[in-house]
Amino acid sequence: MSGVELRALVESRDLDVDFTVAPGEVLAVLGPNGAGKSTALHVIAGLVRPDSGSVRVGKRTLTDSTAGVHVATFDRRVGLLMQDPLLFPHLSVAANVAFGARSGNRLSRRASRDVAAHWLTEVDAADLADRKPRRLSGGQAQRVALARALAADPEVLLLDEPLTGLDVAVAAAMRAVLRRVLVRDGRSSVLVTHDLLDVVTLADRVVVLEAGRVTESGPTAAVLTAPRSSFGAQFAGINLVNGRLGEDSTLVTGWQQVWHGTLDGGLEGGGAVATFHPSAVAVYRDEPHGSPRNTVEVVIAELDGRGPAIRVRAERQPDGSPGLAADITAESATDLRLGPGQRVFFTVKSQEVSIHPAR
Amino acid sequence: MAARVDWSRFWSLITSNSSLSALELSVKTAAASTALCILLGVPMAMVLARSQSRVIRWARPLILLPLVLPPVVGGIALLYAFGRLGLLGEYLEAAGIRIAFTTTAVVLAQTFVSLPFLVIALEGAARTAGSDFEVVAATLGARPTAVWWRVTLPLLAPGLASGAVLAFARALGEFGATLTFAGSREGVTRTLPLEIYLQREVDADAAVALSVLLVAVAAVVVIGLGSRRIKVGGASGWQ
Repeated sequence: MSGVELRALVESRDLDVDFTVAPGEVLAVLGPNGAGKSTALHVIAGLVRPDSGSVRVGKRTLTDSTAGVHVATFDRRVGLLMQDPLLFPHLSVAANVAFGARSGNRLSRRASRDVAAHWLTEVDAADLADRKPRRLSGGQAQRVALARALAADPEVLLLDEPLTGLDVAVAAAMRAVLRRVLVRDGRSSVLVTHDLLDVVTLADRVVVLEAGRVTESGPTAAVLTAPRSSFGAQFAGINLVNGRLGEDSTLVTGWQQVWHGTLDGGLEGGGAVATFHPSAVAVYRDEPHGSPRNTVEVVIAELDGRGPAIRVRAERQPDGSPGLAADITAESATDLRLGPGQRVFFTVKSQEVSIHPAR
Repeated sequence: MAARVDWSRFWSLITSNSSLSALELSVKTAAASTALCILLGVPMAMVLARSQSRVIRWARPLILLPLVLPPVVGGIALLYAFGRLGLLGEYLEAAGIRIAFTTTAVVLAQTFVSLPFLVIALEGAARTAGSDFEVVAATLGARPTAVWWRVTLPLLAPGLASGAVLAFARALGEFGATLTFAGSREGVTRTLPLEIYLQREVDADAAVALSVLLVAVAAVVVIGLGSRRIKVGGASGWQ
């Protein structure tokens, strides 16, 4: 088992990242579109040459700009699975997977056929062996593409949104397969995703990338329950306010808003974030009285009724972070006659707000 | 045209010595120039399709120029390049190699006019196919030569086939450049189109019969080898 160390500066894509994947670990890379997630993977795979930086897999140095090392993609033993399965259209499913086995391991024709059969069984696609890729559904093609990538026996597997665009049920089946082959075999992998379920079920650790920089990293559970970055909070569906530590367990924002909360130990001055769940937020048309509560006046940006509750999303915070969200019942939304553009008050009990040191 | 053919004499007309040697020469030279087109055109098309360089973008019209150039002009250009007193011909002559007015000249003239057909068809196929499959093959550990033989070439096969058929058909019908650059020597440079043109002066029936023969040969090639595949598009040929 081998880990990955990546340090890369790619000026043309405004990417400056630095992260590691421990041996056998699944690292989820989250971030808004265009944050440089795919570029980071391409640097590891050797498809993009960083202006400066290094890539190490296990004991091997694959890229080192100072030493002028740049191992070609085909010699890296780094697998890449993309959103588009890209099965070779002129080869059958079995031949596609055997291509991986033969290219990656320099196996004979016969041995690679056996390896292909093994991996097709692993991804529940043994019965598709003789088909041509054009006769496969999206989910089947992606499973075969996974088998092909694994048949090449890569030391690291890079997964670039492999479940995006699949039906919910198909994605669930594929996720189960991924869980089996990644978590069971302890293969180091980097997973780029936009799906909370992928992160929860597959990832050991999470890195959040925003505008080409790592804004947060940590164990999955920590990031999802106490995110420190705007995107991490939005991803986990949690409200996040940036500021500095104030007196008496408070956080003071750049625009002098004060949030009372519970301190997450080990805080000594400096930057901090306050987080709270949207369901802990109450919404009022007029300013409520009686205050150990946090009250802020906001303008509603949108209402979203997809879940069991109505999510009220306020306009962006003054520093540009995503707007605060409140989950309220449909009845109270009707009673309050809420609509976009309306001024309302969000209140949160101080025990619902936790304050963490910012990264 | 079929109505004008003197069917009772058709067989004897097309099996005359001069007709047969012209037909044989045409098929042989067209095959040779198609091979030469593949040899030169495949690298050209790949570079045109894949390179981002500005020089290459400027070179593209140059490669495709013979497509719009009158063949006679092409023949004259070849003559001034490879003729006895030509730019390169002078040195070739000194080395004891003569090209103008030989069978080699016929092949060169045909290659000159048919190369763009192959390049255009293949370039379109290569652009449609993109380079994603090659990237995937590389991440699977396939070396560039393996990628070329086992991924790129099979994906481009339909485009290459249609390009080759077009080039062959164009070479078979080549007249102007051949006449200018290679002349009309029976058995050496007189291809079927030239034979038809000459026969028209002497024996109109023979010319018509040979024309029908040329139509038949072209039809066999185009229908038999790949009318299904004559389209621009590589990977799509596999869908």
